[in-house]
Amino acid sequence: MSDEGLETTVQVTGEGAVVELRGTVNRGAKEVMEAAYVEAAAIPGEIVLDFSKVDYINSTGIAVIVGMLAMARAEDRQVAAFGLTDHYREVFEITRLADFMNIREDASAAD
Amino acid sequence: MFLRRRSKRSQETGQTDPVPETHTRTLDPIEIPPGDVLETLLLSAGGPVELAAIEAESDTINRLHEDGIELVVPLIGQGELLGALYLGQRLSDQPYSTDDRRLLGNLAAQVAPAMKVAQLVREQQAEAKERERMKQELEVAALIQQTLLPKELPSIKGWNVDAFYRPARAVGGDFYDFIDLGNSRLGVVIGDVTDKGVPAALVMATCRSMLRAAAFNHDSPSAVLADVNDVLVPEIPPAMFVTCLYAIIDTDAGEVVFANAGHNLPYVRTADGVIELRATGMPLGLMPGMDYDDKVHELSDGDIMVLTSDGITEAHNPVGEMYGFSRLMGRVAATKNNDMVNSLVGDLERWTGPDAEQEDDITLVVVRRTASAEGSAAVFHPAEGEQLLAEFSVPSVEGNERIAIEKVSAAISSLGLEEARLERLKTAVGETVMNAIEHGNENDSSLDVGIRVIANSSRLVVRVTDRGGDKEIPEAATPDIEAKLAGEQTPRGWGLFLIGQMVDEVNRVRENGSHVVELIMNREGEG
Repeated sequence: MSDEGLETTVQVTGEGAVVELRGTVNRGAKEVMEAAYVEAAAIPGEIVLDFSKVDYINSTGIAVIVGMLAMARAEDRQVAAFGLTDHYREVFEITRLADFMNIREDASAAD
Repeated sequence: MFLRRRSKRSQETGQTDPVPETHTRTLDPIEIPPGDVLETLLLSAGGPVELAAIEAESDTINRLHEDGIELVVPLIGQGELLGALYLGQRLSDQPYSTDDRRLLGNLAAQVAPAMKVAQLVREQQAEAKERERMKQELEVAALIQQTLLPKELPSIKGWNVDAFYRPARAVGGDFYDFIDLGNSRLGVVIGDVTDKGVPAALVMATCRSMLRAAAFNHDSPSAVLADVNDVLVPEIPPAMFVTCLYAIIDTDAGEVVFANAGHNLPYVRTADGVIELRATGMPLGLMPGMDYDDKVHELSDGDIMVLTSDGITEAHNPVGEMYGFSRLMGRVAATKNNDMVNSLVGDLERWTGPDAEQEDDITLVVVRRTASAEGSAAVFHPAEGEQLLAEFSVPSVEGNERIAIEKVSAAISSLGLEEARLERLKTAVGETVMNAIEHGNENDSSLDVGIRVIANSSRLVVRVTDRGGDKEIPEAATPDIEAKLAGEQTPRGWGLFLIGQMVDEVNRVRENGSHVVELIMNREGEG
């Protein structure tokens, strides 16, 4: 229940980079998320965010994701996401985040 | 014949095999106590020993002489004296020959291993039976306790009551109780029966009933404890007693009158620190005619009273140090939010370590006089058919919205809200409480955010109240994500928009200097 923060791991794949997110995405995740983006952006190809180990996203976390998307957009990098719960997938659709990132069912399948 | 159990402490009680009475007589088994000189002699001899040749004396040797034993044949396995054959005079009246002794020695050498196996099997069977008996007893004890502990916590305007109970594997005798005494008076009981298992659970059940009965017969906690003590003394098994603290809270005035029968002292966290509520008295059930003293303490808004059992203070860490009163008191002081139960249990678990087996029952009762963000002027007037499902508050500290989410979620679990709608409400509650913390109360941790959960058959309402009554309430606007992604707007500003999207209706009102947001979910068609 308590805010345990966010941890990330960046992995290189054939298509680009997968950023595994673990924990809570809120305002406290900003620096961690930005650092993960910089690491992932150094790898050519698509940047895929893995949300399957994220337990909580709030509006300040959405702002952090928007900030990261803005960075990607400025560099013309494609961003995708998978592992969202049905609820957070709905939140991504309502906020239109889903219009700017490819939301997938899992790590490999394109939507 | 003497057969030794592996414990070396008990005597074989079975009869030796019957043989024709005309030739033999059966002796009661004669035990060779551990350390007896005969044991040493038999182990060192390794074979049959003629009793007449033994110069040493012991009670056992004397007894064998008295019973007419001539030869003792030790049964030795793995260097351990498992038993012995006692032989009297030969039927032929001849002395035992060398061949006789050799034959008996060989016989003993063959019998001993089989006897050892038989003893092990018998012990294992006894242990399995004992384990099953213990398991059943623990199940009964746990059932008694679970049946008698309160099913729900009191819901009292201006108060937040929380409790935690976790039985040890061996189920001790902890108990707690809340007694609605009427006239805005709440009785709060915490107690601990010495001993464990079914005996402790039965005494706990008896004591709880006596307390409940006495609570309605006396106005003061001291009189209640004295009464229960006198009734309990003749009923309680020897060597058992009950520690108990009983408090009566005037929920209008905040006054607590309490008396103590040897239980852990309560702590009160105030705005200025932690104080110990001192009261002493003899545990219940030890001696009749005991007197107890009433003590009085007034709880101010925001004060938290913490009642504990010794399962907390006497828990050990991996190097054998006790958790203790000073650490408990320090933790009560250090807990800045109001989720005292999680804070104390979490600290205790860190102390004992993740794999530690719980030594004793752990019981916590936490009573908090809320700092009434809701205001003493009642904001909530339940209409006909409305039900107050929860009322609590959280201090204005970032992250506490998650406590609110969990508590609201627990409060409405019985309503059968569809999963997707439950998740939406949780997000709306989180965002609303976050706004109340950050904007309404400006992250001032001395101010609380009040939350009420109210339901009737057609709708569910979560009311979130902060002190920002004089602030302008912005309208929820749809964020322009393109502008945000282009860096033309701040990436923030999603909270109000999300709240509006997650629930069926949002109302914002100002009341008594407070700012109230109502989140409404319609319940038509819900399960």
